[in-house]
Amino acid sequence: MEVADTVLDVDPISANLVDELNLRFDEEIVGILAYCDGIPVLWLQRDGLKAVLHYLRSSASVHFEMLFDITAIDERARVNSLGQPTSDFTVTYHLMSFSSHCDIRLKVALSLNDLNIPSITDLWPNANWYERECWDMFGISFLGHPNLTRIMLPPTWQGHPLRKDHPARATEMEPYSLSQERQDHEQEALRFKPEQWGMTRESKNSEFMFLNLGPNHPSVHGVFRIALQLDGEILVDAVPDIGYHHRGAEKMAERQTWHTYIPYTDRIDYLGGVMNNLPYVMAVEKMAGIKVPERVKVIRVMLCEMFRIASHLLFYGTFAQDVGQLSPVFYMFVDRERVFNIIESICGARMHPGWFRIGGVAQDLPKGWDKAIRELLDFMPARLQDYDSMVMNNGILKRRTQGVGAYTTKDALDWGVTGAGLRATGFEYDLRKARPYSGYDNFEFEVPIAANGDSYDRCAVRVEEIRQSLRIIRQCVDNMPEGPYKASHAATTPPLKEKSKLDIETLINHFLSVSWGPVIAANEVTMTIEATKGLNSYYLVNDGNTGSYRTRIRTPSFAHLQMIPEISRGFMVPDLIAIIASIDFVMADVDR
Amino acid sequence: MSFEVGSALSIGAILFTVIIVAAMLIWVERRLLGLWQERLGPNRVGPFGLLQVVADMIKIFTKEDWVPPFADKFSFILAPPIIMVVILLSFSVIPFAPGVGVIDSDIGVLFVLAMASLGAYSVMLGGLSSNNKYALLGSLRAAAQMVSYEVFMGISLLGVVALAGSFNLREIVLSQSDGWFIIPQFVGFVIFLIAGIAESHRLPFDIPEAEQEIVAGYHTEYSGMKFGMFFVGEYLGVVLVSSLMVVLFFGGWLGPAFLPPIVWFVLKASFFIAFFVLLRAAIPRPRYDQLMNYGWLFLLPLSLLNLVLTGAYILWQEGL
Repeated sequence: MEVADTVLDVDPISANLVDELNLRFDEEIVGILAYCDGIPVLWLQRDGLKAVLHYLRSSASVHFEMLFDITAIDERARVNSLGQPTSDFTVTYHLMSFSSHCDIRLKVALSLNDLNIPSITDLWPNANWYERECWDMFGISFLGHPNLTRIMLPPTWQGHPLRKDHPARATEMEPYSLSQERQDHEQEALRFKPEQWGMTRESKNSEFMFLNLGPNHPSVHGVFRIALQLDGEILVDAVPDIGYHHRGAEKMAERQTWHTYIPYTDRIDYLGGVMNNLPYVMAVEKMAGIKVPERVKVIRVMLCEMFRIASHLLFYGTFAQDVGQLSPVFYMFVDRERVFNIIESICGARMHPGWFRIGGVAQDLPKGWDKAIRELLDFMPARLQDYDSMVMNNGILKRRTQGVGAYTTKDALDWGVTGAGLRATGFEYDLRKARPYSGYDNFEFEVPIAANGDSYDRCAVRVEEIRQSLRIIRQCVDNMPEGPYKASHAATTPPLKEKSKLDIETLINHFLSVSWGPVIAANEVTMTIEATKGLNSYYLVNDGNTGSYRTRIRTPSFAHLQMIPEISRGFMVPDLIAIIASIDFVMADVDR
Repeated sequence: MSFEVGSALSIGAILFTVIIVAAMLIWVERRLLGLWQERLGPNRVGPFGLLQVVADMIKIFTKEDWVPPFADKFSFILAPPIIMVVILLSFSVIPFAPGVGVIDSDIGVLFVLAMASLGAYSVMLGGLSSNNKYALLGSLRAAAQMVSYEVFMGISLLGVVALAGSFNLREIVLSQSDGWFIIPQFVGFVIFLIAGIAESHRLPFDIPEAEQEIVAGYHTEYSGMKFGMFFVGEYLGVVLVSSLMVVLFFGGWLGPAFLPPIVWFVLKASFFIAFFVLLRAAIPRPRYDQLMNYGWLFLLPLSLLNLVLTGAYILWQEGL
């Protein structure tokens, strides 16, 4: 492949890597592109995919430790190809390097009548669920996959929803009716057959009990099902079953404008509130070329850290509760209430304010906004101290969680574990430090780590993160810059209104911006943040329209749940509960 | 009709009081938990929410009395009353005050222990007959836990029995007029307390019904009054264990004369009831095998040692 005529707009490390790959895999690479996010995009021959991935994982000059995401795009309705090869369906692999702080995206073009591609589950174990999701949503077969079945949708579902020809709304479909025949068929499909879950009914010595933990169970934090294979109370196997909370958030994005999709993002990790807005609006801003004012950055950081505290407090309380300690969750909910009161006074809503805007935030901070925050900052440290003696130093809790569900840094990277779960293994990686966004490089804070990677450590890391978040918020309060709360840019939505009353052009612009929303030139972007539960990333494919052509939401919880069988085998049912509690997931974040 | 040990009036009054107290404990516990957990607890029905119990009772009596079609009907129905009956029977030997009690038995301590052993049947039968996997796990845990902790419970009491020289609870109280047994038998008390919590399967040892793990354990399938019997049975158990602690270690009704003996008894018992509630608010739940190991590897040797040392002390005293 000839190197593209235009110079790739990527950082030097990535540029070197691309040269290296280009020399080595001349045959396999069919195109090299880069978009506004500066991540090199390599188009590969299907047959060369595994060779390139293998090289990138093990021997390339830049070491890609993590398979960050696999997704697909139905390209059949594309208008702007942006110079990419012709393709009906594109499978996209996003790899992440933690040592060199860079990413790479690999794409393979597939045609509709030959929708298959080799599975890479032998290279990265976490490819398993991602490939299943691609099969479920697009109908792409991954050859050699051990269990290519539906993951989000019920096994009886017809069609593949993220295809462009699949209806997005109920009104586009026949009215739903449930005949007796269909009901029987659906119910038969729900029958639990251990063999389908890769379980045997008995071993040489004992007959196993199969316990259906969930989808409704007090400790699964939402609608999550784990099929347990038990020998007494010992877990022989635990197979997670997800999809009960699937709302088609990615499909909805294809119908919404850039602006009107913001509230949907709030509900992805529903404990993260406006922190979900951040990667999305930053991605759109990057495509539109908006530079947000300093004040906006600091306000965003402050609100995000507020939500991080709220989310971690809820985790902390439920963690203690799942180990059987009933009181802490009440204290922590009281604290969380204080945080929400502040959030409400600023954003007007508590859990899902949808408050960030493309190019800024919805309103300026209210008068006297800092008073309640300062009170919280003075109040919290003593409470956290109390919680340490109540929860973290409790002997029974330690015995219940230390050494339970431990994994190493390598395991974590192999399974796509990020956030506190990764830091608990002793690997100091926080995207806010490693690749600062939204001005995080201006703040002083530490990245807490632990050593053993067990349930206790995952909690300990989050507890310390609450303290660090308080520290960041204090810096925000003390150093809040003056200035506008929205960027002065044509694509800022909705635009500042002052000038619209002065001349007709700005009025028209304002009108179009709040009715259709801005049209943003065709592009592609990935924006990743360190969310409450790990790395949350939005991958937007923009066909030059008022909304996204394809939105991919890579959520941390999805990856974390996939690891449950790996870390819980051989433990007992109560340990599994401790492990689940320590993962800190939200099913909405898993299923989207 | 006279009010003395064994009279019909006495029996009726004790039965009535014990059941009412157990029912009221639902409210007491929820209010106390509320107090300790920075919230209010039930405060809407009647003054201070006191009539919450009445509302709960109306609800529980009028609820559909559901027996799952897959359950073993006979033992499913049999299980809940067992716990109520055996614990109420245990109260018959408790000396509440001079002249207040149901029977004055010379084998009081043994009787209580025997009844506690029968209580395990309730939980085991309830879980097994439900034909539900969570209930099964719950009753397996209950069987192991209750059977093992009975052992330490029994041995921990023997020190007191040896010191008092009697199995009669009333005589045990009277023999404490020189000093409560809590001082010489502190170790016995601690073991009895732990075993008592395990016997009444209250948090932190509510392992047979651990909500976060096995939903509701052995009573997952129960509803209506059958559930109510398990529920009130648990509170009766709390009252019983508290009463026993008072009788065996804290001098029963004995106390300075400015208050009548029965009031002393009630005060002391209330203290331990509140302590049970506080435990629930404060301590996480150990894992089931950890509880077993703790019992067999730590409590059993300790209780035996306690018994041996007590015996040696008595012999030494007599030798003098």
